[in-house]
Amino acid sequence: MTNTFEILPQPSGQSSHQCWSCGDMRAALFCDSCGSLQPAAPTDYFTFFGWPRKLNLEMPALEREYYRLSRLLHPDLFANTTTQEQTWSLQKTSHLNDAYRTLRDPILRTEYLLRLQGLQVHEKPAGASLAAAAMGESKKGASSELLEEAFELNMQLEELQMNHKMGEHDEDLERQLAEQESALVAKLAQLDGELHQQWNQWDALANTDGLPASKILDSMVELLSRRSYLRNLVRDVKEALAD
Amino acid sequence: MADRIIGIDLGTTNSLVAFMQDGAPVIIPGEDGLNLVPSVVALDDKGNPVVGNAARKYLVETPERAVYSVKRLMGRDLRDVQDELELFPFRLADDIAPGEVLRLSLGGVTFTPPEISAMVLRQLKRNAERYFGGAVTKAVITVPAYFNDAQRQATKDAGRIAGLEVLRLVNEPTAASLAYGLDRRKNGTIAVYDFGGGTFDVSILKLHDGIFEVLATNGDTHLGGDDIDNLLIRIALNDIRGDLGVDISRNGEAVQRIRKAVIEAKIALSLADLVKLEVELPDGKHYLREITRPQFEALIAPVIDRTLPPCKQALRDAGLLPSDIDEVVLVGGSTRIPQVRQIVRHLFQREPHCQLNPDEVVAAGAAIQANILAGGSGATKEMLLLDITPLSLGIEALGGVVAKIIHRNSTIPASATEHFTTGVDGQTAVAVHVVQGERELAQDCRSLARFDLQGIPPMPAGLPRIEVRFLIDANGILQVSAREQRSGQAAHVSVQPSYGLTDDQVEKMILDSFDYAEQDIEQRQIIEARNETETILAALHKGRNGPAWQALGSDEQRAINASEGHLRTLREGGDYKAIRAAIDDLNERTTRLAELMMDTAVSSVLQGKTMATADVGDDIAAPHPFAAAEIKST
Repeated sequence: MTNTFEILPQPSGQSSHQCWSCGDMRAALFCDSCGSLQPAAPTDYFTFFGWPRKLNLEMPALEREYYRLSRLLHPDLFANTTTQEQTWSLQKTSHLNDAYRTLRDPILRTEYLLRLQGLQVHEKPAGASLAAAAMGESKKGASSELLEEAFELNMQLEELQMNHKMGEHDEDLERQLAEQESALVAKLAQLDGELHQQWNQWDALANTDGLPASKILDSMVELLSRRSYLRNLVRDVKEALAD
Repeated sequence: MADRIIGIDLGTTNSLVAFMQDGAPVIIPGEDGLNLVPSVVALDDKGNPVVGNAARKYLVETPERAVYSVKRLMGRDLRDVQDELELFPFRLADDIAPGEVLRLSLGGVTFTPPEISAMVLRQLKRNAERYFGGAVTKAVITVPAYFNDAQRQATKDAGRIAGLEVLRLVNEPTAASLAYGLDRRKNGTIAVYDFGGGTFDVSILKLHDGIFEVLATNGDTHLGGDDIDNLLIRIALNDIRGDLGVDISRNGEAVQRIRKAVIEAKIALSLADLVKLEVELPDGKHYLREITRPQFEALIAPVIDRTLPPCKQALRDAGLLPSDIDEVVLVGGSTRIPQVRQIVRHLFQREPHCQLNPDEVVAAGAAIQANILAGGSGATKEMLLLDITPLSLGIEALGGVVAKIIHRNSTIPASATEHFTTGVDGQTAVAVHVVQGERELAQDCRSLARFDLQGIPPMPAGLPRIEVRFLIDANGILQVSAREQRSGQAAHVSVQPSYGLTDDQVEKMILDSFDYAEQDIEQRQIIEARNETETILAALHKGRNGPAWQALGSDEQRAINASEGHLRTLREGGDYKAIRAAIDDLNERTTRLAELMMDTAVSSVLQGKTMATADVGDDIAAPHPFAAAEIKST
């Protein structure tokens, strides 16, 4: 099946600041005067929820707001309206769902904020593996100490795989790996703690609305990168032990 | 009053239509007074479609004019359905290319799966219209949660062909949860275990003050009661072959008799500890066998066990443990099997909720969703369903690897934006391949659409920035739009990529449909026969100009020429049966020519399976747990 796209000029006159229905001043979601649903306007996820760009979010409040907005915007509520309003409802609801999915996850939320602030966030390659990591392909986030550890771990995992192939069972090795796994998990928790501190610093800055924030942001980028690396290690060990 | 919106459960085995009345869903019965309309379609001897219970007798009497379980073919292509063809007597047209929409032969006329499903839908629509005494044009239709984009699109097409505006496709387990929620009005986390005739789904939902938020879903679109039936049929055929020395697996009528008997036995075994299976065979002999509950359970355990990995994966995806589930709701006829309840009980460590009628709860849920879309009333005013997409959406990146852009279990509507650029100076088009599935390589996923981004202003390589927006709507169907950002002139376009039928084809089918032209069936048969004539004559013309023609003997050539002349004289006439006979004659005489022309390996794949050649599968490999059968002469 082949579909052909033609790129056509966009119709003009879409950037009105007035409600399409009653002509009053345009509000974000619904017109303040007549209550009509308004067209989608590009807003970031924080603004969509009407919140400042802060990283400490209260999950129950986020969920409450998500449910409240869903009850206002969902396409189910516009089944009997114009095609135009149905399209807007669809666009706004998908934006709401994307926003909720991103904001409720601490890591996705942090990465999103960093991108909003114009930073390049380390993207993990699709097939990132321990082997690739040990080959130095993603050493960006890894300290030399971590790399050495990963190398050691990799040798052990290979040994484990070899044992599996031969039908052998090295309990010592498996115990060691399990221990390493819990050590890595503990390290991950420690990183999460550090990340939380940086959130606090960022949020405090946002409160005073002044000081240059780039230092905090940079260290968050670095921390996320280390975290992603560590998480891949944990995943690999888990998979190897589960085999 | 606003238009009535009906809720339809379009099932593999049975279909139902329901409507909300006075705050409660009501199943609308058919003319025969029964709620379940078997998803069986047949053409009677005048060529008129017959649907439901009335069509069932044709399965045995004239199996070549009847079809069941067509849902298994919805939105699928030739490569997807090889397994089905081994187990189901689908008579496919013999000129279907891979990637093309399937066509099934029914009494000499061919129909696509959406057209056959449309006949079932039209029957349900008629049932509702009779019930209301007025027209019905809008519906909510349920689909297995694990249906992919193409299968959903095919279901929507079926609705349109049947003259229904499909306002929403709802996932079956989610629909069931609406019925459960309306009934119970409790907050909590529930699992819906939906084991039907042809599909298995599991969904985990959070119920919160009228919000039904689906957390995770998983399933298998080819796992159901049908699989249990097929196991039993194979055993019976084996017995008969072993004890009588006759292979009746190619006798459509006999196989249908056995199928009917094993289904009855299966159902009886949910209550009884022992059933007697008895089938009258073509030669007047009777096949008899006793099946005990333990034998039955040992036999079907592998089928039932296949429902466990999807359940575990759904729990994992939802980040929950079995003990976090407050209630397990059973849906689908196969959950009547005590052994199924047993494994559910064991997995979720609790007694499943089976107070809802497992056959009707999905239709009831569809009616509730229809009521919500109509604006809601009383009980449904506060209800809102937040469903998810069951499969990840991705685009093929360099090296055939899939880059996932919307992950499975994302709440829908959901969207993702991707940027594309050019690799060569002045390049004005970029090809995009969209796939659905969890595998790493595009070739292992389901291809949804290939399209070209065209009309890019010529610029140095890498400079254009084309933003493509992927949006999965509330039906779980993909929409794609694209715009070029760098060229100054903002550009925008929205096109719906389609697999399966094009809009034009669907429009034509709507016009063709029997509601508009019940008497046109003969006309249609003539047209189809003429079309086939053109096809075969064109093929023959091609063959004559090739080396294969020279390889034929002069006798063969003469016979073909005569047969061709006969067909040419008949084709403008109105006797489609004569035309068809002439086509068959020419077909037969050109068999060797065709073989010479085509690679036989390819042709065998494309060969139509007929009832006569449908294979119910080989001997099951492992020894089955049944005692020897008894064959009795009458």
